[in-house]
Amino acid sequence: MKKTNNMVVPWLLLLPATVLLAAFTHIPAVMTFINSFYRTPRGNRPARFVGMDHYSSMLSDPVFMAALKNNAIYALGTVPAAIALSMLMAIIVNSAIRGRALMRMSFFLPTVLPMIAVANIWLFFYTPGYGLIDQFLGLFGFHERNWLGDPDTVLGSLMMLAIWKEAGFFMIFYLAALQQISPTLSEAAALEGTSRWYFFRRVTFPLLMPTTLFVMINAIINSFRLIDHVIVMTRGGPDNASTLLLYYVYNVAFRFWDTAYASALTVVLLAVLALLAFVQFGVLDRKVHYK
Amino acid sequence: MSGIEIASLNKSWATFNAVQDVSFTVEAGTLTVLLGPSGCGKSTTLRLIAGLEGATSGAIRIGGRDVTNEPPARRDLAMVFQSYALFPHLSVAENIVFGLKVRKVPAAERARRLQRAVDILGLSHLLDRKPSQLSGGQQQRVALGRAIVAEAPVCLMDEPLSNLDAQLRHEMRKEIRSIQKSLGMTMVYVTHDQIEAMSLADQVILMRNGRIEQKATPSELYLRPATSFAARFIGTPPMNLVELADGADGAVVKGTNGPALVEGRGAGLLLGVRPEEIRIASTGIVPAIVQSIDYHGADSILECLVGDQLLQVRVEGVRRHAVGDPVGLEWKPEAMHVFDRETTRRVERKVLVTADGAGEVPALRAVK
Repeated sequence: MKKTNNMVVPWLLLLPATVLLAAFTHIPAVMTFINSFYRTPRGNRPARFVGMDHYSSMLSDPVFMAALKNNAIYALGTVPAAIALSMLMAIIVNSAIRGRALMRMSFFLPTVLPMIAVANIWLFFYTPGYGLIDQFLGLFGFHERNWLGDPDTVLGSLMMLAIWKEAGFFMIFYLAALQQISPTLSEAAALEGTSRWYFFRRVTFPLLMPTTLFVMINAIINSFRLIDHVIVMTRGGPDNASTLLLYYVYNVAFRFWDTAYASALTVVLLAVLALLAFVQFGVLDRKVHYK
Repeated sequence: MSGIEIASLNKSWATFNAVQDVSFTVEAGTLTVLLGPSGCGKSTTLRLIAGLEGATSGAIRIGGRDVTNEPPARRDLAMVFQSYALFPHLSVAENIVFGLKVRKVPAAERARRLQRAVDILGLSHLLDRKPSQLSGGQQQRVALGRAIVAEAPVCLMDEPLSNLDAQLRHEMRKEIRSIQKSLGMTMVYVTHDQIEAMSLADQVILMRNGRIEQKATPSELYLRPATSFAARFIGTPPMNLVELADGADGAVVKGTNGPALVEGRGAGLLLGVRPEEIRIASTGIVPAIVQSIDYHGADSILECLVGDQLLQVRVEGVRRHAVGDPVGLEWKPEAMHVFDRETTRRVERKVLVTADGAGEVPALRAVK
């Protein structure tokens, strides 16, 4: 075989993947970035370069600011809670208890369900009056509430759902990590009379740190990425009290058809995520013990 | 001082009896080795002493105190695990003092004990390393360090050297023994390696299938094995066990007409002779044919056919025999051990000499 043939074959092999990646990932990403500096073309009016206009108008866009604030609250509320809950669930189902398989399954179940289905289930939970939560609280004499219709409770209600759905998924990672920890470590600690809490704090938790870092980055990305339940349950309302960034991007792009402004919003969203990931890796990586 | 007494200890899981009726005593300041093949219950016995498993029945006393139902932390003992059980995210120093911190030993005392342990073990230049940055032997030392700083009178060791290479194992064995002696520890040491057991122990407890096969000093175990299992387990190559049959003047090796080796009937008995006790000599009156030769350098192991039984014979130095050579074997009367084939127990029988003593009556003489 000639030398040129040797060069062509590997490129041909790479071609299908390259085409798909370029068409659906790289070109759209670059186009988004470029579009964010142009005005949305309409009818016979072509796109015009507007520089940083979109970015500066964001600062005076009350819906964007609300979405940013909501998303910050949403991330700060759901990520630590989901991590703590998943760690707790993993420790429970990692211990030798009766009905362990059943518990593992039930903890993991929310992950298997599609977000749309989950949202519909929770829509019933939150129904004022005869929903599960109101019926339960009614037993203790609480009044019925419109959980999703009240700007004070709507974001919290969505966060509950997100924690419930995410924790089961992260539990799998923690369970895998826990099973990597040699049982002789806890035996060695038991010989010294180590309390369970001390052992968790000094041994289990530090050994889970690589997993925690991984889970945390995924959880934060998910908190900006998953909006199916917003669409199903609240459509961002009432009064944008449950509008998250990506949902706002979706609205601007596909309901208001202002694709250029949506591109600018997307660039901001990506920048926020990239920044958060860098901070996490930079700050936490040095404190994490890897095997 | 803290000795250990184990009385009729049993441990069973649903259908499996791991430890059955095990009783023994470890004198304070001595080293007892639990020896046996894998699955014989030696590690379970150790874990019962440590309190990592609960006994099904029986009693464990440490320093005269009944600890059968005490949690591990209240048994006043330290333990070294086969896998070392080092905390991978903690430095050597933190690993060693982990237990002291848990027990809230004051910082000054902690530092003193740490210093003493690392001096004994030669770890002082490694204190800031993580376990993954240490060699196997160094990790082993850290695990030992943890046992030393506990200053517990009793130390349990679960196959501590099995993850080390042969050279290191030999060094660590000597080191463990000298630490045990100089600190006056009462030590129970689990191993499947008979050489480790013989060289370390004050007392060897040989186990099989959850039961004690024999408890004895190393030399007694070698010289007077209580069962055919004990006889085969100790020694390299292991003791020859040949079947005996009834002969005219006494028991003979199965498949031969003589000479008689043991007085009385031979059927159902096994004769044990160690390869190193057998000599090939012109005066030997047990006829044999060399079947194979395995040359080891300092010595060779010859396999010799006597009747229809194979005997391994250790001979020194260069090879002087060829396969197929007829030879005469002899051994001292006290080298002979007789066992019952059914019960495997040792049987005391009068044995006969196997050498054609020069100048004496050329007949078999009864001994004792």
